[in-house]
Amino acid sequence: MDQINPPVGSLQPRPTISRLPLESAVVRFAGDSGDGIQLIGNRFAIETAQSGNDLATFPDFPAEIRAPVGTTFGVSAFQINFGARLIKTSGDAPDVLVALNPAALKVELPNLKRGGTVIVDTGSFSERNLRKAGYAGNPLADSTLADGRTIEIDISRLTLEAVKPLGLSQHDALRCKNMWVLGLLYWMYGRERQSTIAWLGKRFASDPLVAEANVAALNAGHAYGETSEVAGDITGFSVAPAPLPPGTYRSVTGADALAWGLVVGAHLARLKLFFASYPITPASPVLHLLARQSELGVTTLQAEDEIAAVCAAIGASFAGALGVTSSSGPGMALKSEAISLAVAAELPLVILNTQRAGPSTGLPTKTEQSDLNQALYGRHGEAPLAVLAARSPADCFDVAVEAVRLAVRAMTPVIVLSDGYIGNATQAWQVPAVADLPAFPVRQETNPDGFSPYSRDPETLARPWAVPGTPGLAHRIGGIERDYETGNISYSPENHQRMSDVRAAKIARLAQAIPAQAVALGPDRGRLALVGWGSTFGPINRAVSLALERGDAVSHIHLRHLSPLPANLGELLAGFDRVLVVEGNNGQLRALLRSEYLLDAEGLNKMTGRPFTIDEVERAIRDRL
Amino acid sequence: MTAVTPPVSFVPKDFASDQEVRWCPGCGDYAILKATQKALAEVGATPDKTVFVSGIGCSSRFPYYLATYGFHTIHGRAPAVATGVKLARPDLDVWIATGDGDGLSIGGNHLLHVLRRNVDLQILLFNNEIYGLTKGQYSPTSHRGTRSPSSPHGTQEEPVSPAQFALGAGGRFVARAIDTQQKQLVEILKAAHAHRGTSFIEVFQNCVVYNDNVFATFTERAVAAEMQLWVAHGKPLLFANGTRGLRLKPGTLMLEAVTIGEEGITEADILIHDQTSKPLALMLAALQPPTMPVALGVLYCSPTACLPLAPAQGAIDPAALPQQIDAALHRGDTWTIESRADS
Repeated sequence: MDQINPPVGSLQPRPTISRLPLESAVVRFAGDSGDGIQLIGNRFAIETAQSGNDLATFPDFPAEIRAPVGTTFGVSAFQINFGARLIKTSGDAPDVLVALNPAALKVELPNLKRGGTVIVDTGSFSERNLRKAGYAGNPLADSTLADGRTIEIDISRLTLEAVKPLGLSQHDALRCKNMWVLGLLYWMYGRERQSTIAWLGKRFASDPLVAEANVAALNAGHAYGETSEVAGDITGFSVAPAPLPPGTYRSVTGADALAWGLVVGAHLARLKLFFASYPITPASPVLHLLARQSELGVTTLQAEDEIAAVCAAIGASFAGALGVTSSSGPGMALKSEAISLAVAAELPLVILNTQRAGPSTGLPTKTEQSDLNQALYGRHGEAPLAVLAARSPADCFDVAVEAVRLAVRAMTPVIVLSDGYIGNATQAWQVPAVADLPAFPVRQETNPDGFSPYSRDPETLARPWAVPGTPGLAHRIGGIERDYETGNISYSPENHQRMSDVRAAKIARLAQAIPAQAVALGPDRGRLALVGWGSTFGPINRAVSLALERGDAVSHIHLRHLSPLPANLGELLAGFDRVLVVEGNNGQLRALLRSEYLLDAEGLNKMTGRPFTIDEVERAIRDRL
Repeated sequence: MTAVTPPVSFVPKDFASDQEVRWCPGCGDYAILKATQKALAEVGATPDKTVFVSGIGCSSRFPYYLATYGFHTIHGRAPAVATGVKLARPDLDVWIATGDGDGLSIGGNHLLHVLRRNVDLQILLFNNEIYGLTKGQYSPTSHRGTRSPSSPHGTQEEPVSPAQFALGAGGRFVARAIDTQQKQLVEILKAAHAHRGTSFIEVFQNCVVYNDNVFATFTERAVAAEMQLWVAHGKPLLFANGTRGLRLKPGTLMLEAVTIGEEGITEADILIHDQTSKPLALMLAALQPPTMPVALGVLYCSPTACLPLAPAQGAIDPAALPQQIDAALHRGDTWTIESRADS
């Protein structure tokens, strides 16, 4: 793609004397669904990562697939928080908002940081678009934007001018608008353009003219920044590299990391991975990634419904593979009868729940943590199992591996809770070398001497995994209560008591196989502990770290294992005067901790479909100290 | 399953488990169990390579009485569980035991999709037109007017026909048998086993307690010859000891029962059964007493591609897998953070 590269000289970052150093920054791109917002957001994230910053991103798109152009419900946004320090969240309020149409301004302006900067494309502020966005007048002309700094640029016109020599149609030319914006933002934060130019060449390999137009727009946006800087209109910033451990990194969403964790976990267990799922927002990306991994021995099934998905996974586990299924809250409800079968049959099974705001269809593209009770208790009968929660996109990998480990160790279903926030958000992830990870090969039963399908390992209480096809081990299992010794059908009252007890004891004993609960941040005992699970990790951790910097006595405890709870958790929590449980529901973990430890825990709860902000958590800390 | 005849190493009783059978005395299930054990022995099945999966209901107790691997699962879901078993372990010989309630009411969706996917397994659907294990409510196959605890005035619903359902769902092997007619039942089970893809067998099974004699209109010895049409591929569709047969009613697309020798009809006028013809299978499956005989035997058998598919690139090399996973994890944009001189 030599012909479309600008002269080499122009690609060298110019030494600027006026770049303002920042520790971190939050940028939010917003525009119409068709504006290519997610695309430039992701590209900006990759360039930012390659410059050595730590980062977290959050794509925020509408539930409608193709909402009418220019409407507020068709606004798509992408937020990135990046910095010279370790980044824990995708950021609260953006420092810089890019609004590519009036609807984006209407939706996103209220979230802008006080005194923040707005970049608007004045070319899109036609009377028609203003009306569609619900503006009575032009917000650029009245006091709507008085609070912060507004950079008004006719991006549409400048893009058309930049690509004019290539002779594209106006429609195609305007589609390069997002690249013009990206070029400007690259200049603002001192980013390189080379890899994006190479990427554009590859992406539009079949249409070199379109590739060239996009590169022209990218370069024009960048040049605009340089020129404006001279005029003093736009400030350039510099964000130094973050102190990340050396290694190879990639960007992952929580969904990707769950999928890779399952692939690696199954390998570490030396099992074949069988994944059955039914499409549901926001869980489907896990199925999409795994469906492409057949060369790694992964079998996937898009089942006819949620029930069939979990049942097929149970069948695969019965047949000696690692059965996994995945869904979101409504689908989990449908799976619950079958999960109880897996509890009774004592088969390993991993069930992923990428939670969304409920009940019922609720807000399918918005996040919530309201399925903890469902995971812990949402089954008929006494049906104990293990429950884990992932705290961040990258953590999804470790949690998926851990779920496989616990499932095969105790021959039990394990529910993994993720959510729409970390499922879609990305984070820089240090790619592990598979050979360096501790393996936990499964020993499936082969010895027919004295074999009983329900004899138990004295340490783990797990029953043997006797896989069909193994000579001499043919046996029958099922949902009817089984005899403690033989596994045959038993209606004996004493036997049912004994089996109920052992099923509970088996899960309780997993507490011996999981790490003791550590404090994520702050002292081991003191005045106030903030306790969280899942995706609240980022905002709690950042808020506590800011409070500690101020000298407040506060700690952050974050749970990965929710069933069984870590053995030392009660003792740890007892070391604090006050315990504040921060969660995106009406107090489900809080109720658990209160019942488990007779602890007067308080709650900080939120049910808006959005993650907690750091500021919300900080205020809760201040109110209590 | 490929049709090979290995040396018979197992006899029917090798397929009987040590568990006491707990169906009601006189239940048709006993006969189906016996026929299955015989068929397994005759096709050279190995207990350790055979898996029976069932749902819930009287029929679904079936796996407990077979000395194979067995999984008694939950109501209606056996096809989904069995699909997982077969996809995870294509080398296993997988069977499903289900009933009219389990398979066609609560599990209708799964039955539809296992047939559509053509997963290589055998389905035995015990049709007794009643819910037995829950004490006698009407089922989705109960004929209109069936009186039961939940339909005291007689059902007002049209029943579903299992064989027609299976054909409509895209089943490629659809057969019918009667519990007590062992000889034919064993042969049909063997044919089902030989078929690659989903084999569906509807067995008319008498429930002595809640629906006794519901099939008497065609199973009673006195009427059997007149009311049973046993089809055989390439053979004329004759019944009533060869005195009657089916032909296409002239000028229509309808079957007609005719008597040889009457109105100049000879055996040459009788249709020949073609088990690869779906239109014929659909017409045969729709025949109903009292005006027509019940079509029995292999109504349809037309193999096509089935699941699981053979792996496209052969077996996975376990030794190479870690490197392959590493490569997959590095695909796409990655970047490297170097050790920093100042740290």
